[in-house]
Amino acid sequence: MQQYELARFRIFTRRVAVLGAIKLALLSVVGNQLYNLQIVNRQKYLTKADENRINIRLLPPPRGRIFDRAGRLVAHNKQNYRLVLVPEQSGDIQLLLHTLAKTVPLGQSDRARILNEIGRRRSFIPITVREHLSWFQVAQIEIDAPDLPGVSIEVGQVRQYPFGATFAHVIGYVGSASTEEITSDPLLQLPGFRIGKSGIEKMHDLELRGRAGNVQVEVNAHGRVIRELDRDEGKPGNDVTLTIDADLQEYAATRLGAESASAVVLDVTTGACIAIVSTPSFDPNSFIQGLTQRQWGELVNNRRAPLINKAISGKYPPGSVFKPVVAVAALEAGVVDSGHRVRCLGHIQLGNRAFHCWRRGGHASLSMISAIAQSCDVYFYDLALKVGVERIAEMAHRLGLGQTSGFDLPGEKHGLVPTPDWKRAMYDDAWQKGDSLNTAVGQGYLLATPLQLAVMTARLVNGGWAVTPHLTRSVGDEKRKDSPTRALPKNIGLSHETLAIVTRGMGQVVNHVRGTAYSARIEEARFAMGGKTGTSQVRGITDIERRSGVVKNKDRPWGERDHALFVGYAPISAPRYAVAVIVEHGGSGSTVAAPMAHDILLEAQRLDPVSHLSSPLNIRLSEISKV
Amino acid sequence: MAEAQLGPKPSQMSLVDKLGRISWGLIFLTSVIACIGFGMLYSAADGNLDPWASRQILRFAVGLVVVLVIAVIDIRIWIRWAYVIYAVTLAILLAVESFGIIGMGAQRWLYFGWFQLQPSELMKIALVLALARYFHRIPLDDAKRPALLVTPVLMLLAPVVLVLRQPDLGTAAMLLVGAGAVFFVSGVALRYFLVGGAIAAAGVPIAWQFLRDYQRERILTFLNPEADPLGAGYHILQSKIALGSGGLFGRCFMHGTHSHLSFLPEHQTDFIFTMLAEELGLVGAAGLIGLYVLLFAYGFAIALRARNHFGRLLGIGLTTTLFLYVFINIAMVVGLIPVVGVPLPLISYGGTAMITVLVSLGLLMCIFVHRDEQINRRPG
Repeated sequence: MQQYELARFRIFTRRVAVLGAIKLALLSVVGNQLYNLQIVNRQKYLTKADENRINIRLLPPPRGRIFDRAGRLVAHNKQNYRLVLVPEQSGDIQLLLHTLAKTVPLGQSDRARILNEIGRRRSFIPITVREHLSWFQVAQIEIDAPDLPGVSIEVGQVRQYPFGATFAHVIGYVGSASTEEITSDPLLQLPGFRIGKSGIEKMHDLELRGRAGNVQVEVNAHGRVIRELDRDEGKPGNDVTLTIDADLQEYAATRLGAESASAVVLDVTTGACIAIVSTPSFDPNSFIQGLTQRQWGELVNNRRAPLINKAISGKYPPGSVFKPVVAVAALEAGVVDSGHRVRCLGHIQLGNRAFHCWRRGGHASLSMISAIAQSCDVYFYDLALKVGVERIAEMAHRLGLGQTSGFDLPGEKHGLVPTPDWKRAMYDDAWQKGDSLNTAVGQGYLLATPLQLAVMTARLVNGGWAVTPHLTRSVGDEKRKDSPTRALPKNIGLSHETLAIVTRGMGQVVNHVRGTAYSARIEEARFAMGGKTGTSQVRGITDIERRSGVVKNKDRPWGERDHALFVGYAPISAPRYAVAVIVEHGGSGSTVAAPMAHDILLEAQRLDPVSHLSSPLNIRLSEISKV
Repeated sequence: MAEAQLGPKPSQMSLVDKLGRISWGLIFLTSVIACIGFGMLYSAADGNLDPWASRQILRFAVGLVVVLVIAVIDIRIWIRWAYVIYAVTLAILLAVESFGIIGMGAQRWLYFGWFQLQPSELMKIALVLALARYFHRIPLDDAKRPALLVTPVLMLLAPVVLVLRQPDLGTAAMLLVGAGAVFFVSGVALRYFLVGGAIAAAGVPIAWQFLRDYQRERILTFLNPEADPLGAGYHILQSKIALGSGGLFGRCFMHGTHSHLSFLPEHQTDFIFTMLAEELGLVGAAGLIGLYVLLFAYGFAIALRARNHFGRLLGIGLTTTLFLYVFINIAMVVGLIPVVGVPLPLISYGGTAMITVLVSLGLLMCIFVHRDEQINRRPG
């Protein structure tokens, strides 16, 4: 028995030793793994741990504001009060929504959306109940706060344009970035982040946008924020100051009224744009709140194109407004002098084709000044034949036509100044003399934007200085363009005599009793203006029509009526402002466009009483008045 | 059957004698490990006794009394009732697992007032008890005869099959290995282990068919955890990150960022070792493992010291079961084996494992108290 027990015990102890060894071996494997994890690869896991728990959130910087030249806000950020609720703190959601509905209207669809979002998201993520709360609603909810668990008011920012439609084409508007607009800027990934879509908002988007800040928060595995670790506020967007005078801008927009029209007012000494208006317009604020499909459809399908900035994107045959260019080209080429006279019989014959003057009976014998004042077509037919279209085109370019100016709005068109080479390339056809005659009276292939016509006028009346139009005065602290240190524009090299003759002609257009815009003259001498009318045809007039009598403009369908144009400047003694007005299918330049230009120029001078002073001092004074 | 029949001349120890023979060192060691557990539960609740630490302390206090009660019960009572305990446990397991009479969905718990018990947990002890009695009875030469191995193998396979049907891989593995240890130290010829191993290997493809999708996923995930870091591999990866970032000395008690930010699932139960290793570092983790090794050493010493074969076999079986808890849990959280859901004894929050562990310790203590008793080979 003892023997047997001993044998059994011996086997037992031997095997217990083996078992113990196996267990120790297994534990040392575990220990080795721990050593590998905690000592050998510690850095790797430490990095992973931080990635896991630190969440970097972007802080969108406040977008820069936009001011007019006098410091009036034309674009800023409004506080957007959002009503949010955190489901996990709210208890009975139905009851809560019922209570909220007393203050904030909540439709059936709103409730369905809220309940749906609550179902989809984690319970600690705030859900937006409603945006754009009124101040009264905010106050009411704050008062009711004890009965509204989990409900709070969050303040966001939303772009607002106090002047609405008046500045729509200048400022543009903001919207969410489209896929093509996505760059490496992380801000664009933020839901709800807006970038400039047109106008100044687009042109200076990067400046206005600022630099994103970020906040590092510690989160748990569910994304709940535990605490804030680090915060970088980023850099707010730069403010932009425009050369636009908001009062004049508003006045001009009102004056153009319901017409499909545009007007540009430039400072002739600097090229600064004081007003630039295109009608009809749209309210950019409605773009921020979101348009309905129907509203959008109405904007897009409107024949008068409210979304287009006609002042820079509209291309029109300039008509008689172009005649001063022909006159300057002829004088500078030396083919005629100021004493050159032409006898107008109502038309001239070119081969077997007659080219008519707008005045059926003709003008009799005219000097160049009278020809400009009375806008005689035949006189300029004659000049065109003498000087040739190449020289006219070259002069048109020097005055800013047929090219983009570098104006700081997106969408500027370069128009068209035709030449024989262009026609051959374009139509594979030879230039005809008739083409030159059409060009001389601003018809045919010639196309110009209102902005170009304003620039042309400015360069004619400022002594031939090639000012470039612009509307950004400064961005942030950095002074730009309009500041006194700006480089002086080049002179395009026109003789004083030439300019004197042409401006005298343009003065007589308005102030001579036989001038085409005499009825639109400014009576007050110190504000008196000069200018040039234009009435451009949008379709050719056939001989048959002419014989049977041309249908009166107002009897034609809107789309076939003539464009009414006027370019002007004031005061006539020391020109300061240039204006271009175009009323699409508006009728005659002298009866429709000229009165508008009259009102706008008069208002511009009234608003700026120091306009007669020389420009450097003037700028300093306006700087002072801005502050 | 009278108690007198169990031994040639059983000494009649008084209760005071028995308490005097208790290993207070083992009680102390157990309490130290449990206190580390309380600390970790306190940390897991972000510095609160509620909801975990306070209940765990209460359970442990009650459990210590149970340990002492079990320890002073005569060891002959345990050997006499071993088969009955095994049969009753198997019946409950059968009822719960197969017919779902008391089952609660997938969990299959038994509720006893303020604590719950999984019959499969109880089976870990009952099986060892039954096997210890069986091998205590048969002579050594018989242990080499295959015919006499049929009964214990059936005793082992019955609960294993039931548990696998749940399916609960961790418990099945613990039953197999725990029983295997008893077979091994009983002197069963090594060739039978080879045969058993071969049969088990052949059975793997069949077992794969029985596994639920989530279990297959766990095994596949274990093989390549980085393949799906946000899906099935999440637990292992997060656990490794937390462990690794602990370093040598840890991130300091209560400051285990990873565990506290709930990247770590189940940080108060199965993954509590990860939290400990993150907060206390390799030093703390190795220290705890050292305490466990000490606990196993106590178990081995008790088994070797016992004068009766039943006590020896039971001691080794119970110690091995405790070892398996510790090894499987830690190997799981450090990514050495798949996630199987085995708690860390005395540390993890939960009543079931605590009861199994404390009953095991109670029986170990009982063996120690009755270390000098002689028990007849044929008690029935």
